[in-house]
Amino acid sequence: MAKLKIEDLEKITEEFKRKMTLREGAGRVKITVHLGTCGIAAGARKIMNSFMEEIEKSKATDIIMTTSGCAGLCSREPMATVEVIGNAPIKYVDLTIDKVKIIFDKHVMKGAFVQEYALSVGSEKIQ
Amino acid sequence: MKPYTIQLMICAGTGCVSNQSFEIKEVLEKEIKKHNLQNEAMVVTTGCNGFCGAGPIMVVQPDGIFYQYLKVTDIPYLVEEHLVKGRPVKKFMYVPPKEEIPIPRMNKIPFFSGQTLVALRNRGMIDPEFIEDYIARGGYRALAKVLTTMSPDEVLKEIKKSGLRGRGGGGFPTGVKWETCKKIPGDRKFVICNADEGDPGAFMDRSIIEGDPHSVIEGMIIGAYAIENVREGYIYVRMEYPLAIKRFNIAVQQAKDNGLLGDNIFDTNFCFDIKVRRGAGAFVCGESTALMASIMGNPGEPRAKYIHTVEKGLYDCPTCLNNVETWANIPQIVLKGADWFTGIGTGDVTHDPWGGSKGTKVFSLAGKVNNTGLVEVPMGITLREIVFNVGGGIRDGKRFKAVQTGGPSGGFIPESLVDLPVDYDELTKVGSMMGSGGMVVLDENNCMVDMAKFFLRFTQDESCGKCVPCREGTKRMYDILYRITKGEGKEEDLDLLEELSNMIVESSLCALGGSAPNPVLTSLKYFREEYLTHVRDKKCPAKVCRELLTFSIDPEKCLENGHGCGVCEKNCPDGAIYGEKKNVHFIDSMKCGKCGVCFDVCKFGAITVE
Ligand SMILES: Cc1cc2nc3c(=O)[nH]c(=O)nc-3n(C[C@H](O)[C@H](O)[C@H](O)COP(=O)(O)O)c2cc1C
Ligand code: SF4
Ligand code: SF4
Ligand code: SF4
Repeated sequence: MAKLKIEDLEKITEEFKRKMTLREGAGRVKITVHLGTCGIAAGARKIMNSFMEEIEKSKATDIIMTTSGCAGLCSREPMATVEVIGNAPIKYVDLTIDKVKIIFDKHVMKGAFVQEYALSVGSEKIQ
Repeated sequence: MKPYTIQLMICAGTGCVSNQSFEIKEVLEKEIKKHNLQNEAMVVTTGCNGFCGAGPIMVVQPDGIFYQYLKVTDIPYLVEEHLVKGRPVKKFMYVPPKEEIPIPRMNKIPFFSGQTLVALRNRGMIDPEFIEDYIARGGYRALAKVLTTMSPDEVLKEIKKSGLRGRGGGGFPTGVKWETCKKIPGDRKFVICNADEGDPGAFMDRSIIEGDPHSVIEGMIIGAYAIENVREGYIYVRMEYPLAIKRFNIAVQQAKDNGLLGDNIFDTNFCFDIKVRRGAGAFVCGESTALMASIMGNPGEPRAKYIHTVEKGLYDCPTCLNNVETWANIPQIVLKGADWFTGIGTGDVTHDPWGGSKGTKVFSLAGKVNNTGLVEVPMGITLREIVFNVGGGIRDGKRFKAVQTGGPSGGFIPESLVDLPVDYDELTKVGSMMGSGGMVVLDENNCMVDMAKFFLRFTQDESCGKCVPCREGTKRMYDILYRITKGEGKEEDLDLLEELSNMIVESSLCALGGSAPNPVLTSLKYFREEYLTHVRDKKCPAKVCRELLTFSIDPEKCLENGHGCGVCEKNCPDGAIYGEKKNVHFIDSMKCGKCGVCFDVCKFGAITVE
């Protein structure tokens, strides 16, 4: 194995950063896709995958992507919650892959939430 | 790497492993595959989380959902609910004593939120067998900083300024020790990590090694650099810690493979290497001179320290020995600076390295508290906070009686001193000590004479026998205590115990003898009445010393509640109980062997014990 140089420490850290951010629950933005039975039926997994693709593309390491259960609004699935840490979480409903792209661009990356796709401003709690 | 959305951090410390955490991991992975979630959920084995009483433990990130007491058979349900349906499962969550609503998040549970993590900063966050995990959490940055931007003298100055004191027992200022070792002339010097951890019930060091071995290694490399002329280091781990030895070996090998140990570290001209040695298993081998003798292949016996080991230690070379936790603090002090470190803790160390206790201390909290396990708290925290907040209070609503700190030769601190701030000097003032961080909480059902006897039995067993006062004195003291608990004690015994204690403290070669009488001295000081009740009234108020108990039957309860059911009579091994069926029963105290069986079997509370 090659000897580590000081620069390598940073490289390793970058490489593992996404994993660590998720583990520490830290991160700048947290995206939660609701993967209840109804959500999955409505295509939530596709939505999750396209969020993941966007994260990949952006190369950002400070975004946490996670899943949660049914949000109780089955008629408006697929849904996702975007929380820029420090601001109130925003629920997006009736998602499509195109909407994901816009939300990712505007809200996740630039911090401006997308009113027309949003449901309400409210907090998410674990029951 | 895969962009996982959930990480399942399962504890793989010794405690949880013995509760099948590896089997749980296997089933987890199987279930995750079954639901086709392997690209979303990642299972990580971590070091000890500290909440060992509730193991096996799993934390689900990023939400920090805390699960406890998991069983292999719970896993399919848990995966289905939490991972597939996204519903965290309440029944595996922590519920505070006397409450009903669970606390889902780890950082909201008082056991965790009351802690400050420095030495244990990576606990539950990294897989200790992956050096990349350690690096990704800031590991080896302190070493890089030291080797490229600081001279050895500057490093030493920073450690001195931090006021860090040894976490292994004596509380000696680490910077002063390094400086002395540095000043002694010699071109071959050693650093050693003391991982012998012999205190019964203590596992602070084991947990650091099992959870974050690289932090200790990084600390040692920095120490070697600061002291200078140190190219060899040893880690001395007790044989009873197979998992710790394994993790140290893996970590040392990884450090070597990556050029963090060996020649020309980070392309500088600094060279240093570490060897792992297994301890022979004796408690006294944790003592500095005995430990070095043992590394050199000699019997592990202390020697007189007219010449200190920093001058003439391993192979007669200047040697700096520090404890596991001491070493693990070093990288953090280097990275964050001495001022950050002195911001935590008590006193003022600007001019006097003994002037305070800085940083945090890891304690192993055991005994009668609700939350037992490993806790890292800031120096200066009160015993009350540790016992009642972090520890969750006394089990079963019993009364708090005392806490014993400092391992088998620490002292008892009574309830009246519960607001004592925990630091080196305060603990010593009340007759106990910091030691390596043992903390045993006692309640009203503990007899102080019996506890003193218990701890003395350990030290007396472990005395290496080199000096007469320690070898014979502790034995005689044990005999006296034994007599007292048997009801054969005399009032003069108390003075005799004190006299023997002082003699042993003063004339012992090493700190084993020097501190062994502490439990006796402090229990005599704070619980003298309890001793007197034993010797004068021949009674044990805590009802522990069996020989002093009297069993009898409350005739009313026996007749009215139990209708003389006769169960006690059938179960008494000594045939000491008489009585006609449906009539009052009696105990013949001459025949009664005081086994306590009747008390346990009588469903009507008719047996009384005094
Ligand atoms: C009988 C006896 C047992 C000891 N056991 C240990 C031990 O298990 N671990 C430890 O670190 N120090 C132990 N010590 C203290 C060591 O002698 C030494 O003071 C310590 O390792 C120095 O490191 P520190 O300054 O970082 O605390 C023991 C001392 C005595 C007298
Ligand atoms: S004090 Fe006890 S343990 Fe220490 S050297 Fe003497 S006999 Fe051995
Ligand atoms: S078991 Fe209890 S109630 Fe029954 S005879 Fe014995 S003392 Fe009486
Ligand atoms: S304490 Fe044991 S020996 Fe004594 S009366 Fe009860 S059962 Fe019999």
